[in-house]
Order: sequence, then structure tokens, then C-alpha cells
Amino acid sequence: MPDIFGVPAAVLLGQVLLGLINGSFYAMLSLGLAIIFGMLNVINFAHGAFYMLGAFVTWLCLTQLGLNYWAALVVVPIVVGVFGAVVERLFLRRLYRIDHLYSLLFTFGLALAMEGLFRYLFGAAGKPYPVPETLTGVFRLGFMVLPVYRAWVILASVLVCLLVWLVMEKTRLGAWLRAATENPSLVTAFGINVPLMLTLTYGFCVGLAGFAGVLAAPIYQVSPAMGSSLIVIVFAVVVIGGLGSIGGAILTGLSLGVIEGLTKVFYPSASAIVIFVVMVLVLILRPAGLFGREN
Amino acid sequence: MHHPVRRLEVEDLHSWYGESHILHGASLHVNQGEIVTLLGRNGAGKTTMMRTLMGIVQQRKGRAVLDGQDLLAMPAHHVARLGLGFVPEERGIFSSLNVLENLLLPPAFRPSGMALEQIYTLFPNLQGRDTTIGTRLSGGEQQMLAIARILRTGADFILLDEPTEGLAPVIVEDISRALGELKALGLTIILVEQNIRFAMANADRHYVMEQGRVVDEFSNEALQSNMAKINAYLGV
Repeated sequence: MPDIFGVPAAVLLGQVLLGLINGSFYAMLSLGLAIIFGMLNVINFAHGAFYMLGAFVTWLCLTQLGLNYWAALVVVPIVVGVFGAVVERLFLRRLYRIDHLYSLLFTFGLALAMEGLFRYLFGAAGKPYPVPETLTGVFRLGFMVLPVYRAWVILASVLVCLLVWLVMEKTRLGAWLRAATENPSLVTAFGINVPLMLTLTYGFCVGLAGFAGVLAAPIYQVSPAMGSSLIVIVFAVVVIGGLGSIGGAILTGLSLGVIEGLTKVFYPSASAIVIFVVMVLVLILRPAGLFGREN
Repeated sequence: MHHPVRRLEVEDLHSWYGESHILHGASLHVNQGEIVTLLGRNGAGKTTMMRTLMGIVQQRKGRAVLDGQDLLAMPAHHVARLGLGFVPEERGIFSSLNVLENLLLPPAFRPSGMALEQIYTLFPNLQGRDTTIGTRLSGGEQQMLAIARILRTGADFILLDEPTEGLAPVIVEDISRALGELKALGLTIILVEQNIRFAMANADRHYVMEQGRVVDEFSNEALQSNMAKINAYLGV
């Protein structure tokens, strides 16, 4: 295989694929964050903690209840989503009318409390979670060896993101949600129960973070800190993509994963900060983000 | 002589935006099939009256009953189910929705809603514009869209806030003609309007509002002979 910029194409393509895996998680989480911000005006700092919760519940399902990965893939997003809906109903709802800062502080505090609780209960060390049997093994692609499970993560997350995009952009429910983002009181006057819609939206997006947590369990170690290390990057992704476009959040997530992967090839020591460099550039050149609406 | 059926009864209605007390005990009534206008200067409480009836303004007290149902006792999203439709002053066309999505947005709670063909007959400008972004329509077309989407729901009592504001005279003619057709269909309408000629062409009765109260009432016939008084109320 030829070289590209002095790097063997095989290495390059391999890193692109690995980047897509990280990008899959960025996409699923930033998608939820973008929808929550659009509809509820809440900067959901607890999103990483819900992702961590998803991974932990998956691990608990297996070790305590004997529920396997596939059952967890269905059950865990529902459990985490219901928990999110309860949080919205009991706490967040009271904060909509006052400054953004309060909901930010609340979700930040919630994230710390959840992380602390899990560290207290299970310790800080990562818990291994086995790759489900049907997804073990590798694809030999010539330029790289791709574990089947990682291919599944990319496929599953792209499908889920696509599904959310379709619902938001092409269905009546999506039209209600978009309209409620713009003018909730008029949508209420049309007879739509907007408060209920907000609860369900928050629950759904939190459930999506839980789903990402299930996918993550066999790849990353299940640990209380797994969410907080990811969420900082995901916030940068949201800033780069800009709020206000579902498709934009998905594309930005995936492509930043790839950019991060490529940086590992060309300048490895910068790979940990490349996303933040991109964020700074975007903020200078296009403050509303790549896909955001400039007002 | 048959008795008019009273649809809406408002008595001593108060409402607040936060600290500011806007409606100060307003009272009015509307009968089945009537077009009733609210006249008055800016800030008299006309728009607030509509927003209070719809439940958009939640701090309120007094009495507001539509077809025997207490509007103040129900959650805001139940009001539309009584057949009350709201066309707001700023038109409320959504920029993230195309024309068809805007048109189909409000749920149709009653089977009597207009079919799309009827709507396109009433407002030919809207036909063939399905995929245009709602806010790319001209002001007049946005107004037509805002009225059309309410007609599709089967609402038979419409709150129409300044439908002619900022529109060219030829478009005002179109809206006026459409209003006449709605009246012929038996719809009941409350109209907030600055354009007196438009108001007179369409309405049965007129209320004058001042500082959050209804201070006077004229039949359409009496309006012409009380023009001096009206002009004094409106400050023109």
C-alpha cells in the first residue's frame, strides 16, 4: 500500500477507524447534549455521569442479575432514561425560569455526587466487562485488524444517531420538538403538553447516554471516572459543532474522532489537545459553531 | 327571534407579567358566529387578553368561561381542545419548520377541521410552497399560514391578533376576504386590530380597551356615528 504524507496508508486508515470509534461516542453524547440544550436550555453537565451510570448498570446487570449484554442493551437505556426523567421532573423543572447557571451548577453537582457514590460503593478501579461472545473475533481488513466488537460500536452508534436524526427532522413528533425549541408557549397554545415533552426529551437523551455506556462497557474499563474524562471532550465537540443542528452534532462528533485519530499518526503528543485547538479556531472564526445558527 | 348562543364570558379578569399588573378587571362576552374586535392604544391589554385566555399568561384571576368550561382552571395545553385557536401578533411561524410542517404542526382535535384543499382554495398563495422554510414566506403569506394552520385543527373560535399589521393593502384585501368567508362558515372570532377600516368591514361588535379594562362597546352600525369618540380613545 502506498504512503500518504510519508505515513503508510494502512496505518492511516487504521487510525481513521479507531478515530471513528471514539467519534461514535462523541456523536451519541453530543447529540443528546445538543437536543437537551436546544429544548430545555440546560447545559447538562451530568451527561457524562449518565454515560457512566449506563456502563455501571450494565456491569451490575451481568454480575448481580446475570443479565447478558444483549438484555442490557435494551434494559439499561430504559433504566437510565427513567432515572433522567425523574431528575428532570423533581429538580431541573424548577430551574428553567431562572438563570442558566443554576441548572449548570445542579447538573455539575449531580455528576459529582453520582461519581462519588459509585467510587464509594465500588472503588475507583476499573471493572472489566467481557465482550459478548457473538461479537468476539476480528475482521482482517488487510490494512488493519478490526475487532468485531469495535465495528459493532461504530455501526450501532451510527444507526442510533441516524434514527434520532430521522425522528427529529422527518416526523411530526420531531416538528413538535423543533417548534417547542423555538416558541414553547405557542406550541402549548396549540394543545401540546410541552412540559411532558421536556421530561420525555430529557429522559430520552439521558437514555441515549446510557446506551453509549452499554456500548462502552466492553471497550473501556467500567469506572466511576469514565464519564467525567469523556464529557469535557464532548462539550468541546458541541461547541465546535454549534447548537441548533442535530445532523451537525453527529457529523462533528464522528469527524473529531477521526481528526484525533489522525493526529495520533502525525503528531502523537498533540492528540490529547487537538480537539481543543480546533475548538479555539472555530470560536475565533465562527463563534456560533460549524453548524450553528448565527444570530 | 332566536337568542344568540353565548360562547365566551369574561368577567373581572386580571393578569400579571411578573410584577406588572396588565389586565385590571376586564369584562366582555362573545356570541356564537360573531366577529368582535378589541380596539385600543398600544399597551391597553388587547394582546394580553388573548394570551391570558390561551393560558400563555399564567398569573391570572377572575372568570373566563368558554362553552361552560372554566379556562382559568385548566392547563394551558387543554385550551386548544375546546376549539379555541390562537393566531399571534408576531404570527409565530417557525423558522426550523417548512411550510407544510408549520401547517400540520397544531394537532387537529376536531373532525371539522379544514382539509388542505379547502385551505389552498382560501389561500392560494400557500399552494406548492410545502418545502419552503416557513419564515422565508412574505409577511402576508406568513399571516395566511398562521390562520390556515388554525383552521386545519377544527378550531371554531379564533383569537386573531393584528392580522394586517405591516401588510400591503392588496394583501389586507385578501385577509379581509378570507375573514368574510370564515364568518360565513359560522366561525367565532375575536380580532385585535389597529386598522379601523379593516375592523369595520368585518366585525359585528367592537370593544374599546384602556389600561387593562374594557371601557366601551359599540355595535358595528354605531361605530361610524361615534368616530370622534373612537378617535379620542385611540389617540389618532
